[in-house]
Amino acid sequence: MLDVVGHLLPFSLYEGLVFGFVAIGVYLTFRVLGFPDLTVDGSFALGGAVAAVLIVKDVNPFLATLAALGAGLCAGLATSLLNTKLRIPALLAGILVMVALYSINLRIMGGANVGLLREVTIFTLTSQFLGLETRIAYQLVVAGVLAIVVFFILNWFLRTEIGLAVRATGDNEQMVRGFGVNTDMTTILGVSISNGLVALGGAVVAQGQKFADVGMGIGMIVMGLAAVIIGEALFRPKGVARLLLAVLGGTFIYRLVISVALRLGMAPGDLKLITAVLVIIALAVPYLQKKVQREWLPPATRW
Amino acid sequence: MKNKRILKLVGSACMVVVLTLTLVFISGCADGDGEVVYKIGVTQIATHPALDAAREGFIDQMADEGYVDGENVEYILRNAAGDLSVAATIADYFVSENVDLIFSIATDCTQAAAAAVEGTDIPVVFAAVTDPVEIGVADSWEIPGGQVTGASDWADVEAQVKLGMDIYPAERLGVIYNAGEVNSVVQVDELKAVKESLGITEIVEATAATTADVYTAAQSLVGQVDAIWVPSDNTVAVAIDSVVAVCEDNDIPLFGSDVSSIGRGGCISAYGLDYYVNGQTAAELAARILEGEDPGSIAIAMTPMTIIYLCEAAAERMGITIPPEVLATATEVCEE
Repeated sequence: MLDVVGHLLPFSLYEGLVFGFVAIGVYLTFRVLGFPDLTVDGSFALGGAVAAVLIVKDVNPFLATLAALGAGLCAGLATSLLNTKLRIPALLAGILVMVALYSINLRIMGGANVGLLREVTIFTLTSQFLGLETRIAYQLVVAGVLAIVVFFILNWFLRTEIGLAVRATGDNEQMVRGFGVNTDMTTILGVSISNGLVALGGAVVAQGQKFADVGMGIGMIVMGLAAVIIGEALFRPKGVARLLLAVLGGTFIYRLVISVALRLGMAPGDLKLITAVLVIIALAVPYLQKKVQREWLPPATRW
Repeated sequence: MKNKRILKLVGSACMVVVLTLTLVFISGCADGDGEVVYKIGVTQIATHPALDAAREGFIDQMADEGYVDGENVEYILRNAAGDLSVAATIADYFVSENVDLIFSIATDCTQAAAAAVEGTDIPVVFAAVTDPVEIGVADSWEIPGGQVTGASDWADVEAQVKLGMDIYPAERLGVIYNAGEVNSVVQVDELKAVKESLGITEIVEATAATTADVYTAAQSLVGQVDAIWVPSDNTVAVAIDSVVAVCEDNDIPLFGSDVSSIGRGGCISAYGLDYYVNGQTAAELAARILEGEDPGSIAIAMTPMTIIYLCEAAAERMGITIPPEVLATATEVCEE
């Protein structure tokens, strides 16, 4: 039992951190900007594809990961430009770029799948550098350091004047425009950063699982949303720093539940049901709590 | 104020309890241990007739080799339900369980397992992988090198297309496949390499990224080709009905590759391997490894093609007849 927990928790923590980049990206668009961005499924695979191809071509894996982040920024830029400059609805713009990325990812990889088994990745470099032998140990170190860096940069950025403008754009776009802020610019910035983070997640995941696949992004948007909702419901965060931590926590719980379900020998078809049940519980608990406390309840929103 | 905090805490605790209970409820109870010698983890990317057949073939053949389920072998069967990120989670779980061997079915599961066993001495045996060298899990076909070996499902494309050309010689042959599937691209490349020897002058490709695109892809070939051949492709396999419909409407003979996923869907012919045999072939390698052989030195096995499938009714609907001398070679005919 101790052995199971001793393995399960660190591994889920690792998964929570690397998939946490995706969840933070989803959080930035859906919650902060109020921009329902579906590019995610494409930009996740894009990150994996760019990093994998560069690594196979013997580029330094850290540079390759950075390049993946850059590619993700470009994908987000494309979606947000379609939305702000050509006035294509956000949902549609995201879907268009996601679909386009499928073809682009195939072109980048020159096929559907790139294997990284005996290649030098950020994980193998770190294990050599620190002399760590245990797989989970260096995986956690790499994911942890990356997460801390991302956390501090975002925590700083969202408090700057531009960062505040991005946050305010999601709250009340008209008011922000009234203050003389170019909301097109803040939307572009937010969506680009979001997809950059998602692609970073894709790059790290591909190096951890030792392959990139054109289908690896499928379901990422659902996972990201589920993680955000679980994090918000469980931790009720206030303030930027706690929010970011709550999203990471939500991702950790999401991956932990999947791991537990697999260990319990769940039937394959039921695996998706877990996601649905998890999100329904996360959404319903705050409401039920209020009901128990006899607080005033707003009518159901139909977005 | 304090009350509220306590309520919040209780709420969160309730949620965790409910989650756990839900999981336990849905999955049922875990089974108890008997006297088990070997623990084998079986990881499968999705539920699919061919992949299920490979799993059954593996387990049955292992029993013939003396490794009987429930007697001296405990199987842990897991399925990623199509989610690639779960493939890695499963592989990691098997490593944490310290299994004696991982049997991985299909490409992504094999890659995930190969990555997870690095640094351990757990061997991986695969099935339903076409080119293990291309996907980076083996150094070469003869000497895989690492901890991974297995049974390839590499089909003899030339033999498959030749069967079709023996029935109805076509100069312009149409091919429908998903360019996103490595296995399909490999097959189409092989076809291009051997087309002259089959009397084909032109290969017309139509690609479909999703099952919804297959019908359009099939339509695009009408008037451009004399016959259509479909490689072993998961996307087209799901939507094979739409290809059959287009071919029947326009009298274009349709030839298949794999028997179970493509051929039986309404094609005139198919020539393929049985994934049950593919799993059996993998089991023979697995047994050798459990007896102490080094997986890195066991050559990757090819699975023999054993099924020639022919369908006279389909041929009639597409406006041709199967020559009797070809029909005589069939090991399986359609029941209509």
